Amino acid sequence: MTLLTDDQRQLADMTRSFLAEEGTIKKQLRHWRDIGCKDGFGHGLWKQMAELGLTGLAIPEEDGGLGLGATEAALVMEEVGRNLTPSPFLTTALVAVEALKGTEQGKRWFPGIIAGETVAAFAVDEGPHHRPRQIALEARRSGNGFALSGTKQFVVHGASADVILVAARTAGSAGEAEGLTLFAVPRDAAGLEIENVTLADSSKAARLTLSNVAVDADAVVGEVDHGFEPLRRAMRVGRTGAAAEMVGLASGASTMTLDYLKQRKQFGKLIGEFQVLQHRAAHLFGEIEIARAATWKAAELVDKGDDRAGLMTHVAKAKAGRVSALAVQEAVQMHGGIGMTDEHDIGLYMKREKVLDALFGDSNYHARMVRMLAA
Amino acid sequence: MADLETFREQTRAWLEANCPPEMRTPMRSEDDACWGGRHFKFQSEAQEQWLRVMGEKGWTVPDWPAAYGGGGLSPAETKILKEEMKAIGARNPLSSFGISMLGPALLKYGTEEQKKRFLPEIARGEIRWCQGYSEPGAGSDLAGLQTKAEDMGDHYLVNGQKVWTSYADKADWIFCLVRTSTESKHGGISFLLFDMESEGVSTKPILLISGYSPFCETFFDNVRVPKDQLVGEVNRGWNVAKYLLGHEREMISGMGLGSGTSKTLAQSLGEIDDAILAAEVALFDVDALAFAAMSEHFIDQLKAGEAHPAMPSMMKYAGTELNKKRHELIMAAGGSDALEWESERSRGGKAPREWLRTKANSIEGGTSEVQLGIVAKHILQLPGA
Repeated sequence: MTLLTDDQRQLADMTRSFLAEEGTIKKQLRHWRDIGCKDGFGHGLWKQMAELGLTGLAIPEEDGGLGLGATEAALVMEEVGRNLTPSPFLTTALVAVEALKGTEQGKRWFPGIIAGETVAAFAVDEGPHHRPRQIALEARRSGNGFALSGTKQFVVHGASADVILVAARTAGSAGEAEGLTLFAVPRDAAGLEIENVTLADSSKAARLTLSNVAVDADAVVGEVDHGFEPLRRAMRVGRTGAAAEMVGLASGASTMTLDYLKQRKQFGKLIGEFQVLQHRAAHLFGEIEIARAATWKAAELVDKGDDRAGLMTHVAKAKAGRVSALAVQEAVQMHGGIGMTDEHDIGLYMKREKVLDALFGDSNYHARMVRMLAA
Repeated sequence: MADLETFREQTRAWLEANCPPEMRTPMRSEDDACWGGRHFKFQSEAQEQWLRVMGEKGWTVPDWPAAYGGGGLSPAETKILKEEMKAIGARNPLSSFGISMLGPALLKYGTEEQKKRFLPEIARGEIRWCQGYSEPGAGSDLAGLQTKAEDMGDHYLVNGQKVWTSYADKADWIFCLVRTSTESKHGGISFLLFDMESEGVSTKPILLISGYSPFCETFFDNVRVPKDQLVGEVNRGWNVAKYLLGHEREMISGMGLGSGTSKTLAQSLGEIDDAILAAEVALFDVDALAFAAMSEHFIDQLKAGEAHPAMPSMMKYAGTELNKKRHELIMAAGGSDALEWESERSRGGKAPREWLRTKANSIEGGTSEVQLGIVAKHILQLPGA
């Protein structure tokens, strides 16, 4: 069954009305951008999300969370996407939480996340493209712990984070899945340099330089040399969440465009009367529905621990990436000149889409993974 | 839930005991399909037996009421039956326009008498149906149809011509749209059922670019149709037709899956030494697997009564465009092998003939452009559509 349960519908409705009120582009994205906020998001909203239980949505019940899964997370992410709401929800409440589940580090950071006081970041990429197996950042054994050296980039909310989960190589060489280890590195660790980078969509993603950053053995998340497994689990949740955010974004951009088609006149007619635009809009509608179904399916399989979860997660991220790209391109084109202005919101969708597509692997990366798994 | 588990076990055991081994092999081509009907020549005893036992149990139409020859199963039980059939690779016992199109329309619009008369025959595969919709001047603009049915008191007198009538030359009966009034375009259409052996009915196959002729031209010359074979109200046949078209679109949209659900295109093509084609195949697999997820969701929505009435149009459009793309890629991957029209190794030109066949997908049952128009108007509510 691929339909939502009553509880899931309630969660989606609750999040939809909350973010449509508090998470709007005017109140959040534009506000923080225009005042030049260093975090790129509002801590007040993060706190409100905590009061609604959302920050602890994926945290197990025995640790004080709601113990919900990727499907519920996708419903929340779709609303985040629709409103372009900047928040650490994806990287902190979903990705970091998944990596930290069942670990001592989890016990340490979960209460702060549940309270909406802690922000976590996830550091995987080392070059301009997502290549998790190519991780080269070195973690050398040193004393009773490790010394980390190397660089990371595209670390979302890296400069705002209280803790950064860093994927490093403790054995083997670049290209191998084995020999990776995840470390929880506190922001104030000596030797950790954080450059706060503003991206095209005005979100913040840091570039990290680690020079012999000393961490204790208990900073290890999971097992030494076997970090690929928690990394993969966290990536699956992150990719499904990002796919859902893109579905929401595509849906939001498309709604805005349809409204415009119904009120803008040219050549003495509503432009929505032109068949060429109707057919493109109808095509896009179907693509968004399909991307959403793929995303829900991926989330369902992740929650069930099904063998096909990996494949479907790649399908969802690839499909949602291509569909949301189509959605924002059609949106700006159909809005015409007004769509090119900063004053109009539609361009913000285009900028956010590009960033989300690249996050945790772009559509090409995931299509390639589908081919590898399918062939 | 315990009941469903029991049902699953019993179903598994029954299928194990009753599905002949020959019916658990993949179909080699469309010719392996079982269509039933008065004159159908079964390819094997196994094929005949499989239809008979499934028909007796009502499992050719598991979710129809038992009173009309169906299995009387709940949606959950129907799903289990399908899963268990899939698990042993059981073939579909019956391919039938009666099941996929006419049946649902009769269940909704037919009189009790009509349901009792026609549905059990459909369920047991005793009557093969064809669909008389399109005419030479009324394809995408279906409501422009001209075939006339005059009220002669106790019967209608039908005169006119249909075209693209799938398998009309092999069908026993036809469900047919006719004009009973010229006062209104949509409001003057009625829905008639009649025997293809009636006096005045003739058919002529149309040879297609694939070399096959599944379609016919069908001619009606003073055909007498008893009045109790009218479905729904006179001049209100358009409602029946629209309902039935929704079912046809659901059926056609399923074709986009091809073998894509269990096996991706990359798997079926094997090694590809062209980087650009490999990339296209990867992107196709993304689209096909995503569409498979949508199909599952759509079917569940339909069963729960939550699907928007225009959603079959979206599915038909997306599924058929996907199927066309699939066969373009198969042709590209096959190279000159895929161009062989008649040879042993090409199995009689399977690849090029199927490729050409798929081009009809986005024309039959309403063109892609018609489907997009329906989505634009009824779902997106764009103006003037």
